[in-house]
Parts: sequence; structure tokens; C-alpha cells
Amino acid sequence: MLESLAVLLFCQLIGELIVLFLDVPIPGPVVGMLLLFLGLMIRGEIPEPLSQTANGLLGQLSLLFVPAGVGVMTHLTLLGNQWLPLSASLIVSTLLTIAVTGLLMQKLVGKGDEP
Amino acid sequence: MNDKVAILWVYLSATPLLHLTLTVCFFVLARWFYRRMGKRSWMNPVLLSVLGLVAVLVLTDTPYSVYFEGAQFVHFMLGPATVALAIPLYRQWSTLKRHPIALTVSLLTGSLTAVLSAIFIAKLGGVSDQALISIAPKSVTTPVAMGISESLGGLPSLTAVVVILTGILGASLGPWVLDKLHITNPMAKGLAMGTASHGIGTGRAIYMGDVAAAFSGLAMGLNGLATTIFLPVLWGWLTN
Repeated sequence: MLESLAVLLFCQLIGELIVLFLDVPIPGPVVGMLLLFLGLMIRGEIPEPLSQTANGLLGQLSLLFVPAGVGVMTHLTLLGNQWLPLSASLIVSTLLTIAVTGLLMQKLVGKGDEP
Repeated sequence: MNDKVAILWVYLSATPLLHLTLTVCFFVLARWFYRRMGKRSWMNPVLLSVLGLVAVLVLTDTPYSVYFEGAQFVHFMLGPATVALAIPLYRQWSTLKRHPIALTVSLLTGSLTAVLSAIFIAKLGGVSDQALISIAPKSVTTPVAMGISESLGGLPSLTAVVVILTGILGASLGPWVLDKLHITNPMAKGLAMGTASHGIGTGRAIYMGDVAAAFSGLAMGLNGLATTIFLPVLWGWLTN
């Protein structure tokens, strides 16, 4: 458990350092994810404790977005003034994106292709 | 008696513990409520806990910065959780690499749809340029979207809010859209959820099985990468 957390944090740290060093606008954790992925490819398997820690963390993924979401309170005036175009934009765009992406992918790989 | 309560409040509101505890408790409560009410999609746990917490903070006159001192410990875990997405990605790698072209085409089309439709509709409604570029990366995961918005002259904190709202919308209404359009392939479902609504959508896609979760996590990462690259160019064209 502790070793796994250390692995995750270490990958993130190296990711942040790479981003800082190369000055690219990609977030450190995404680079960290790619590093861990490469590590797993080289190793050829997922160590059981790492798998458990990851499942535990990802099972609570939604919780981790709550603090940023509460930030809505700092923009109540702007949101109040322009709530109609903003909510129309968010709702239509999000649903449209799900529809377009899902339909296209299903069209291309076929409905019945069970992986 | 009132004095003691006041002293207690002064003490509690000055430690990060109070708002950290509130965040976790509200989420646990919201999730319990969500399950109890038969998992109705508009009862999304993130939405419920955000509403509850905002109400408490407004009523107690607590600024967001004070709240965040406690909540930052939860927020911080987003980093390691993003790294941990490498695990479902690795597990599903053999499936993922079977459809490289389908994956790339669908993802890029979805990514462009997300950005262009958001800008277009908000522009029609008379939203300012600064707000437009703040909402353009709304489908990209929070830290990436904030970075994009800032580098193009947007308001990163507004971006964080619309990103979360987009995530909640996608997580709560996405399964309904997929159902209505008869999108049943787990690869297509995951890709759609992750492209449109990043980590919160992925949080929902985890309940659709391992394949959907892996595609959603991958879509979230790739969409962040794609948007980071094409949005500055696109925004340059649109504003000229």
C-alpha cells in the first residue's frame, strides 16, 4: 500500500520535473501516467499491491473533484448574469460530444465487437 | 454557553480539519443519498456535495480560500489518481491497440466537437471573449484545462468551475444519451464519457466495467493532449 503510493507520487514528481524542464503545457500527472504505463510495459505485469491501491484511489475519483467544484461560489455573479448562454453551451456541447464520439466509435468498431 | 460555541467555532474554522472533514462527510452523505434514491442521474454525488458545501460556506460566511485550506488535501489526490489511470490503461492495452484508427478519429472528432460547439453556442448568447476562452477547454480534465485557459488569456478559476459542471453533466446525462442512441459497445461508451466529461465522466464509466473505464481514462488523457495542441491554433484563427 505504502510502496504503491510512493510509486504513484514518484511518477507524478518525475512527470512534473519533465514538464518544468521541457517547458511544455502538459500537466505533470499526465506525463506521470505515461511513465508508469511504460514501467508496467517493461515489467510485463501489475504488482498486486499497486493494483489494489489504484483501484482504491480510482473508486473514489469523483470525491477528488468536489473541492474544485465548490469554487463555483467565487463566480456566482458572472454565472448569474450569463447563466442562460453558459448553461446552454455546457449542456448542448457536452451531450453533443458524447453523442458524436460514441456514435462514431461504435460505427467504426462495430456494435457487436466485444473486446 | 454561546461564548463556548463561539470559541469552539473560532478554533474549528481556523484549522484545515473542519473543511476537510466536511468535504468527505458531505460526499459520503451525497453518495448514500444517491444510492438510496435508486441512482437517479441528476442526483450525482459530486453535484449534491458541491451544492451542500456551497450552502454551508455561504451561510457561515466562509470564503473559498479558507475552505480550500482544508479541502486541498482531497484536491491534491487528483495527481496520484491521474497517474493511477496507467493501471486500467495497461490492463486494457491489448484491446486499446486493436483499433488505433477508430480511436484516433473518434477522439479527435469528439475533441473538436466539444470545443467548437461550446464556443459557438456561448458566442451566440453574447458571452465575452475572455469567458469564451475560459469555457472552451471545458471537456478537458481540471489541471490541464486551467493551464490552457490561463495561457490564452482566460480565467482559470472560471475554467475550473465549468470543467466540473461539464463533468457532472456528462456523468449524469451521458448514460441516458448513450442509451437513447443505442450505443452499447463498451469501448464507444467509455471513449464518449472520457472525451466529453474527463475524470468525472471516467468516475461514472468505472461502473460500466473495466473496458469502458480504460477507454474513458485513455480518452481523458488524450483529449487533454489534443486540446492543449489544437486550441491555441484554433483560438488564433477565431479571434482574427
